[in-house]
Amino acid sequence: MILTKAQYDEIAQCLVSVPPTRQSLRKLKQRFPSQSQATLLSIFSQEYQKHIKRTHAKHHTSEAIESYYQRYLNGVGRNGAAPVLLDLANEVDYAPSLMARIILERFLQEHEETPPSKSVINSMLRDPSQIPDGVLANQVYQCIVNDCCYGPLVDCIKHAIGHEHEVLLRDLLLEKSLSFLDEDQLRAKGYDKTPDFILQVPVAVEGHIIHWIESKASFGDECSHHAYLHDQFWSYWNRPSKQERHRNGSLRSFPAVHDDKGFEKKELDFCQGPPLDFGVIQLSRPDCFLLSPRNH
Amino acid sequence: MAAVLESLLREEVSVAAAVRWIARSAQSSEVTAPTRPQAWPESAFRDDPGEAAALSSLRPLRKEFVPFLLNFLREQSSRVLPQGPPTPAKAPGSSAALPGRPGGPPRGGRGARSQLFPPTEPSSTAAAEAPSARRGGRRRGPGPGRERGGRGSGGLEEGVSGESSPWAGGRRPRGSGSPGSPSLARSDPPNLSNLEEFPPVGSVPPGPAGTKPSRRINPTPVSEERSLSKPKTCFTSPPINCVPSSQSSVPDTSPWGHGLPPGCRSLQEEREMLRKERSKQLQQSPTPACPTSESGSPLPSRTGNLTAEPADPARVSSRQRLELIALIYSSCIAENLVPNLFLELFFVLQLLTARRMVATKESDLEPIPGALDSLESPLFQSVHDCVFFAVQVLEHQFQVLSYLDKGTLKLLAENERLLCFSPALQGRLRAAYEGSVAKVSLAMPPSAQAVSFQPETDNRANFSSDRAFHTFKKQRDVFFEVLREWEDRHEEPGWDFEKGLGSRIRAMMGQLSAACSHSHFVRLFQKQLLQMCQSPSGTGGTVLGEAPDVLSMLGADKLGRLRRLQERLVAPQSSGGPCPPPTFPGCQGFFRDFILSASSFQFNQHLMDSLSLKIRELNSLALPQPEPSDEDGESDVDWQGERRQFAMVLLSLRLLAKFLGFVAFLPYRGPEPPPTRELQDSILALRSQVPPALDVRALLQQGLRARRAVLTVPWLVEFLSLADHIVPLLDYYRSIFTLLLHLHRSLVLSKESEGEMCFLNKLLLLAVLGWLFQIPTVPEDLFFLEEGQLDTFEVDTVTSEQGLDGMPVVDQHLLYTCCPYIGELRKLLASWVSGSSGRSGGFVRKITPTTTTGLGAQPPRTTQGLQAQLAQAFFHNQPPSLRRTVEFVAERIGSNCVKHIKATLVADLVRQAESLLQEQLVTQGQEGGDPAQLLEILCSQLCPHGAQALTRGREFCQKKSPGAVRALLPEETPAAVLSSAENIAVGLATEKACAWLSANITALIRREVKAAVSRTLRAQGPEPAARGERRGCSRACEHHAPLPSHLISEIKDVLALAVGPRDPEEGVSPEHLEQLLGQLGQTLRCRQFLCPPAEQHLAKCSVELASLLVADQIPVLGPPVQHRLERGQARRLLHMLLSLWKDDFQVPVPLQLLLSPRNLGLLADTRPREWDLLLFLLRELVEKGLMGRTEIEACLGSLHDAQWPKDFSEELATLFNPLLAEPHMPEPQLRACELVQTNRGTVLAQS
Repeated sequence: MILTKAQYDEIAQCLVSVPPTRQSLRKLKQRFPSQSQATLLSIFSQEYQKHIKRTHAKHHTSEAIESYYQRYLNGVGRNGAAPVLLDLANEVDYAPSLMARIILERFLQEHEETPPSKSVINSMLRDPSQIPDGVLANQVYQCIVNDCCYGPLVDCIKHAIGHEHEVLLRDLLLEKSLSFLDEDQLRAKGYDKTPDFILQVPVAVEGHIIHWIESKASFGDECSHHAYLHDQFWSYWNRPSKQERHRNGSLRSFPAVHDDKGFEKKELDFCQGPPLDFGVIQLSRPDCFLLSPRNH
Repeated sequence: MAAVLESLLREEVSVAAAVRWIARSAQSSEVTAPTRPQAWPESAFRDDPGEAAALSSLRPLRKEFVPFLLNFLREQSSRVLPQGPPTPAKAPGSSAALPGRPGGPPRGGRGARSQLFPPTEPSSTAAAEAPSARRGGRRRGPGPGRERGGRGSGGLEEGVSGESSPWAGGRRPRGSGSPGSPSLARSDPPNLSNLEEFPPVGSVPPGPAGTKPSRRINPTPVSEERSLSKPKTCFTSPPINCVPSSQSSVPDTSPWGHGLPPGCRSLQEEREMLRKERSKQLQQSPTPACPTSESGSPLPSRTGNLTAEPADPARVSSRQRLELIALIYSSCIAENLVPNLFLELFFVLQLLTARRMVATKESDLEPIPGALDSLESPLFQSVHDCVFFAVQVLEHQFQVLSYLDKGTLKLLAENERLLCFSPALQGRLRAAYEGSVAKVSLAMPPSAQAVSFQPETDNRANFSSDRAFHTFKKQRDVFFEVLREWEDRHEEPGWDFEKGLGSRIRAMMGQLSAACSHSHFVRLFQKQLLQMCQSPSGTGGTVLGEAPDVLSMLGADKLGRLRRLQERLVAPQSSGGPCPPPTFPGCQGFFRDFILSASSFQFNQHLMDSLSLKIRELNSLALPQPEPSDEDGESDVDWQGERRQFAMVLLSLRLLAKFLGFVAFLPYRGPEPPPTRELQDSILALRSQVPPALDVRALLQQGLRARRAVLTVPWLVEFLSLADHIVPLLDYYRSIFTLLLHLHRSLVLSKESEGEMCFLNKLLLLAVLGWLFQIPTVPEDLFFLEEGQLDTFEVDTVTSEQGLDGMPVVDQHLLYTCCPYIGELRKLLASWVSGSSGRSGGFVRKITPTTTTGLGAQPPRTTQGLQAQLAQAFFHNQPPSLRRTVEFVAERIGSNCVKHIKATLVADLVRQAESLLQEQLVTQGQEGGDPAQLLEILCSQLCPHGAQALTRGREFCQKKSPGAVRALLPEETPAAVLSSAENIAVGLATEKACAWLSANITALIRREVKAAVSRTLRAQGPEPAARGERRGCSRACEHHAPLPSHLISEIKDVLALAVGPRDPEEGVSPEHLEQLLGQLGQTLRCRQFLCPPAEQHLAKCSVELASLLVADQIPVLGPPVQHRLERGQARRLLHMLLSLWKDDFQVPVPLQLLLSPRNLGLLADTRPREWDLLLFLLRELVEKGLMGRTEIEACLGSLHDAQWPKDFSEELATLFNPLLAEPHMPEPQLRACELVQTNRGTVLAQS
């Protein structure tokens, strides 16, 4: 299914200052019944990440940490079974998982001689049973399972989505008899950064030549396009595929694929041409489309 | 000097004798007799004693004759063409124009028409300094003599003794010393290449915005009658000579039109006003550099928006004199006595297309006292004279013209003036046009491709450390980011390279520490450079100063639009006149600015090394040298390929050499030559110690000897064009210039004997050399130096072997690509057409650009010995395509052979290595010893097998080559030829493959085995289960199972619901839970979408779910009373989980989490505590072998550390002791319900 930019914006509009919890997601689902939960979750996650990026720093000042920790201690002192940490996170408008991390770090600092390493923290967040304090372990666990935008579980879901869509994409390519090299093959050849697939024979989609495909399994909004481009894909401009560049010379076409499983998948290619509105082209399956949100 | 000309004009000396005399002076050693223009009768070459005597007295003046003549012609034309024929000339001050300036336009606002003929003041200075400015002295005098002394000044100064020269004093036609007057100053020959002074017709003002453009002059309506002669009305008016009647409606469209008596009268007045205006301007701008000081600038512009005056052969004033001078002039051109052939042609075409003059001959002659002398009266008294002269010269230069591109030929052939003055020439031109296939497009195909990733050089193995590799990766990304930004933004106004990108580039350069990273980066840089700029003139798209030619963009039917355009535009665009200074157009600008901004010594050094290497490599590339076969049509097709390849190599070389020159001379480049001689001497002394970046002299000599000048000279010219002011004075480079000078002289176009260079090859060399001689940094007098050292040059004539020079490798396209300034001729003619108001519309045609393709890999010629000679002899007798085919096949098969060996033999060995390693690991235990040692052992075992590679390689080549040769050669090839070709192909391919294999096979095996070892060792490491054999889904599976991500998400929701906080009405139904576990089973069985991390999380979540079930913590939806899961349901769910854990999960399930303090804590919190489910679960786990008793025991042991309520600990101990104490309890006795019953009882009893 296709989501237009306007629809996206409408959804994003509802997500301003909403805590990333199950309840919020439920409300969102009621508000947009036509969108699948996964789509909404994906957009939610993306928008919320933007929000966190903006506000991240203020939660990490030593004063803030100290005050959160004291509030936590007071809270659990009163009632260890109450969702102290989760409420705290929601109250200060921060992701529960990230709040859990802050408190855990602070807690470990107090109780261990050496400052905790990142890997220790990560491992405790993945498995709160390792947290020496039972109350804190429960609090952290609660934060993690209730957070729908951050945390090891969410990370795993995202990773799984990425993998699944890679598989879907591969099936699609095989179905279309497109010859390609996948990431493993590319890595074996010594490429440092690799897209998911490089087409050995380029194809033209919607008048654009596509040389390689990367599935990102997250909603392809403008901001993330830019980030991905910068982090990963610009180097492809020069590398595995010969890219034709249009005279205006900018990279701006990023089709996204949606499928019946409801997840958005983004295929990036460096197409050229004048900016268009959302162009839709049926790629291969009735439920799978290429979407080119070029004209942001 | 003028005496010579005069005696010629008086016919005291024959032209032939004069030319011989000049030529001798030019080639004083007289190694070759002066060759004669073909048109001359034999008798003309007989020496007349009288003539000889007349000339011998003038002997010291010989070499000044040509500069004098050129000067004279320019001078004359300037008088006659008031709008100032914008013949570009070398600017006296143009040395200030740095070639490296961004954007390319020459700098310096000194460009004034008047400067071409500098005033007396500099000339006298120059004369005074004559001794120091002598030719022999490379250290010429500084100051104005050097600065302003135009073309050939050195020679002139030497020969003429200052002011006493007959031309220095009173015989100057105009007041000498008045700055800006077109004086015939003998020491101020024309500076032929200054765009500022003589911008080409229709060129964009090349100077910076601050400079007052010398060409754009709005017509000043000086009287009421002129009101109609605004440019736009002129523009649309029909040409006078063809539609005179139409003028009746427009009384006086041409202000200086003939036959209009009132116009004549007012003309006088107007001229008077103009003169006053001019003198006023002169006073306002005292410097001779005043852009509008002379040459009638206030007159309507030269951009063709004035109707041209018709030219009439009948009204030519002094035919004979013009003919004579035209003959002399043409002879000088033919003998290459002029520095730049195309500059002269440009000048001639300007004369041909001169629109009008200041004065008509009857009415406006400057009062010249004693104008009896033949030189005193103006040579060109009218447009008719100009055109006549031009046509005369063109007739002599027909041969060159006939080699110009089709468009130029068409424009020439359709020029109505030419038709009018010489129908014969027009006929020849038309014939040449019709026969020509030289379509040349002036539009450049855009090309901007990025260097692709080069696995063989860019991968990790080529870097010393991971760190270096990653740094390089980062740099590569920065580099391309910078490049992209440049591409997107460099055309934006106000964008500055240094400001925009400088700091980023330097930061990146700062990261390049190790020498090896420099070389990596330089390789990338160079590759990118070649890739982006290799296309003709290196323009990627439209670039400043390189705007596509308006004319060539508009079709024939668009001339109306063109006219409208021209009304708006000041001038049609141009790419910088016939002698543009070296620039870095298009993408080249990026690379230049990058080098400048990076300002890294290490980078520059590495770049120079790399460029030099590549230049050497390409320069010595064995370009195929097939005999130009003339018998079959096939040769033409073959030559296409040859030419393309040659063009690619040549263009690459030029680009590389240009950048080498740029970097090599960068440290020395300054805006001005050293101010004093002492300074210059000391610099020279210092610089002569510095070895050249690349031994170009040796390469040049080599090239000349091997008759490859056509390849070597063009790139050398590019290299030298970027030299600084001192370079031409250094002995080393001096000798190069001398060589080039002699080469230039020797390239007489009319000479076409056996073993001569092909015409277009010559033309290319003449064009590039002529251009070089006009470069600001090249001393102006260099060209006219007498008596160079010929000894170095004689190498050329020694070898007679057929070299590249004798092959038609250059075509018009390449010529125009290398020398885009030749296109100025066409533009000049085109602007004439457009200026004459469309009567001749349809001349300008759009031309489809042709492109060259990539340079194919060159087969190296390595065969030696008799066999090789035999093969050579064989090829000699066959068409060239056969050889290419064979070499191509050999090259490809050889390469494929190596790949094949890699994929078979080496891969086998790697597999062997892996199994050996496995054995080793088994025998030596998990550790297996030191990896390096292991590798050594393996390699010593396996590398000897590499010897097989050679035999296998031979077999491969033997098997594959013949078929390929057979497929590629014509079917009709005789059997013997075919089999020989096959054999040679086999031999060459084998040689190539074996050479590579024998050199590299061991290293290759080693590398692959090393990779395999590290792979295997890594696989031995942690999480063996994850790497162990994984079952895929069954064949019948259609992959319709729910996606893992979906399941994790669902289970997470259940967990969140259970953990809370939740709303009172929230909950899950038991059916939902059951369904969920069912789906989990499906997903785990269909593994299509499952990746290990997802599976691990699923496993963990399932354990968490089990804990919640055991602790009865899952809120259940249903009838309001029932908020807990029924025992039976819970047990069913646990059973499902157990079976999933046992049968479906392929990753280890963290079952110990069931007994983690946190999960057990869930139980501790419930009242009343219910242990039965937990006990049930644990027993099942043990029973199913999922957990061992000891494991459970360990978990329980760790529980003691936790702080529990006291009663809870006791309960724990009581409960688990029997469980742990039953090591071999048979299954039937362990009835779950019984256990539950008893346990429950216990619990209840205790509570």
